[in-house]
Amino acid sequence: MVDSARLSLHVPEPAVRPGGQPDFSNVKIAKAGSVPRPEVDVASEDIRDLAYSIIRVLNREGEAVGPWAGSLADEELLTGLRNMMKLRAFDARMLMAQRQGKTSFYMQHLGEEAVSCAFRKALEKGDMNFPTYRQAGLLIADDYPMVEMMNQIYSNESDPLRGRQLPIMYSSKEHGFFTISGNLATQYVQAVGWAMASAIKNDSRIAAAWIGDGSTAESDFHSALVFASTYKAPVILNIVNNQWAISTFQGIARGGSGTFAARGLGFGIPALRVDGNDYLAVHAVAHWAAERARRNLGPTLIEYVTYRVGAHSTSDDPSAYRPKTESEAWPLGDPVLRLKKHLIVKGAWSEERHVQAEAEIMDEVIEAQRQAEAHGTLHAGGRPSVRDIFEGVYAEMPPHIRRQRQKAGY
Amino acid sequence: MARMTMIEAVRSAMDVSMARDHNVVVFGEDVGYFGGVFRSTQGLQAKYGRTRCFDTPISESGIVGTAIGMAAYGLKPCVEIQFADYMYPAYDQLTQEAARIRYRSNGDFTCPIVVRMPTGGGIFGGQTHSQSPEALFTHVCGLKVIVPSNPYDAKGLLIAAIEDPDPVMFLEPKRLYNGPFDGHHERPVTPWSKHDLGEVPDGHYTIPIGKAEVRRAGSAVTVVAYGTMVHVALAAAEDAGIDAEVIDLRSLLPLDLDTIVKSVSKTGRCVVVHEATLTSGFGAEVVALVQEHCFYHLEAPVVRVAGWDTPYPHAQEWDYFPGPGRVGRALAEVMEA
Ligand SMILES: Cc1ncc(C[n+]2csc(CCOP(=O)(O)OP(=O)(O)O)c2C)c(N)n1
Repeated sequence: MVDSARLSLHVPEPAVRPGGQPDFSNVKIAKAGSVPRPEVDVASEDIRDLAYSIIRVLNREGEAVGPWAGSLADEELLTGLRNMMKLRAFDARMLMAQRQGKTSFYMQHLGEEAVSCAFRKALEKGDMNFPTYRQAGLLIADDYPMVEMMNQIYSNESDPLRGRQLPIMYSSKEHGFFTISGNLATQYVQAVGWAMASAIKNDSRIAAAWIGDGSTAESDFHSALVFASTYKAPVILNIVNNQWAISTFQGIARGGSGTFAARGLGFGIPALRVDGNDYLAVHAVAHWAAERARRNLGPTLIEYVTYRVGAHSTSDDPSAYRPKTESEAWPLGDPVLRLKKHLIVKGAWSEERHVQAEAEIMDEVIEAQRQAEAHGTLHAGGRPSVRDIFEGVYAEMPPHIRRQRQKAGY
Repeated sequence: MARMTMIEAVRSAMDVSMARDHNVVVFGEDVGYFGGVFRSTQGLQAKYGRTRCFDTPISESGIVGTAIGMAAYGLKPCVEIQFADYMYPAYDQLTQEAARIRYRSNGDFTCPIVVRMPTGGGIFGGQTHSQSPEALFTHVCGLKVIVPSNPYDAKGLLIAAIEDPDPVMFLEPKRLYNGPFDGHHERPVTPWSKHDLGEVPDGHYTIPIGKAEVRRAGSAVTVVAYGTMVHVALAAAEDAGIDAEVIDLRSLLPLDLDTIVKSVSKTGRCVVVHEATLTSGFGAEVVALVQEHCFYHLEAPVVRVAGWDTPYPHAQEWDYFPGPGRVGRALAEVMEA
């Protein structure tokens, strides 16, 4: 008989807590340019390493190196830089607007701008994203009007969603952006369904699913992987690993070993990890996955390794659970600064033009804000009508809702 | 015109819909090659191909979640949950997603899906093959909920559901699949081939969602029922010799309040019957509405007959099942009051 010792439960803890020295020594970072770029029709079992490494293009000197470099021209990179700067400026203004009581809530993207902005450029018109709440870059990079986004955030009289949704829960079919749910992970499997539908109809459009590292613990994540691998759906399964799920570090959803990308391997889905703060790497990998999907080669799972520099939302205080200096210690740098440096190294950009662009973009955002506020903010000015509460639950209003609307006086 | 069982009527509805509209797709566990554990999708894969009727992994949230995505794309998925008892893993997708996508996106995206599921007891299915979860859906704004009681309605309502622009829960009382069932489990089941409502047109027709049907006209008391309980109520009225008017709701959400109010205002008495457990069941909603709209016509308190507030037992099934005896006693009670 085994001499049975008492059991004890293992509860993972991050390396540091507030007051401690930030430590990312456990984050293994491959040298830029060192990870191979396989053909898109590669068998998933031949690229298992890519689920454990990190694909990077931009090196410390700001040069684009290795087999994943070269997917974008200078003009496209300049547009990318501009989009990321726009998103950052937009965030700054809306965060302030929330602090001023013009809306109830806001969620920013600080540090994660490259992920959604670069990804959008790898998709085509007609493709569909099923995003979560930190991918407004998909809209910005697709030139969705900022005024409309603000109208939504303010729930004002011009809110395209008539005041029914929390701020930042945008929806735009035209821009390939599925209506955001507050319930984590539900959209992941829906994206797979959309992709399956496209394949059923022999269409050429593809879908993209989005989820955060913490939310990969939800069962819908696993349902999505099962369906995507079973039917070889033309879908890109994105995981944004920004290290934190509100106050919970990524080790809680992931456990002590493996990576989020590696979760795809058991399903036979090609899985890659990419430097989420490297605009060029994100674009190159997304483009590779999109091509796979479009050539009917099935799903790809991508883990974007990044860091949430800001608070989780305006209701969160990150200093209560992580060292204040942790974001500065993050080894993959800042996506905007890295792309800026690259463009300067290439001679396509300069410090002066950057300062000028920053000012222009801020003017543009402020102008959009002025226009949006002319339609009202959450507590002041024009609001959606109370009648809008009752409309649109069903295509046609059933009698019981009509009775309730009349009772309410509308 | 052909004689059909309810299974055949359900299958015929999908067949007709798939033939008319290439966007209709049918999937679920064992639904494709085999044709479903109750055979309601038999032959559809052979006829329409593997991309329009197929088997899925055993993942209810996956089935409904992918259906939602397909609907957002522009398809019209009609999916099967093998037993209503297994819809809980999909409940999140149904209540938070399917039901609200139109509203939250202000019509930018819609969700025209149908979720079919066999419900109810009376087949010795025990607690995990006998549940009647309709009240869990009628509490959710944005869903529609249908429970047919015969082949003719099942086909017309299912086609209407597939053509409906919003998500519809389609609950099929499995005890009625092969014939009407009066609740006397010792009596042989009358096959649908001998019943008027087993006569079903081969082609396309619809029955409007949200309209009840008076199955038996009467003036002494109104019995409100749906699904299997319609037949139980008819048997109870017969057995007890009471001049009861029996209303078959057919659609629980939206509900045909007018038909209920008209009848109770005439009879002054009302019994509500369902198979699901009593507490917070759909009957409570009907009673509240009757109280609100017919109070001055009522001559007796409204009474509910329902399953007990326990899980559905296996061996004691016939003591759990609200049979004609229990309904008859309730009828006598309201007649005496
Ligand atoms: C089903 C569900 N459970 C819990 C929540 C509350 N919640 C909102 S965001 C969040 C953390 C998500 O973290 P992660 O997936 O890592 O994404 P991130 O915010 O880091 O981008 C939680 C728990 C929710 N919205 N939905």
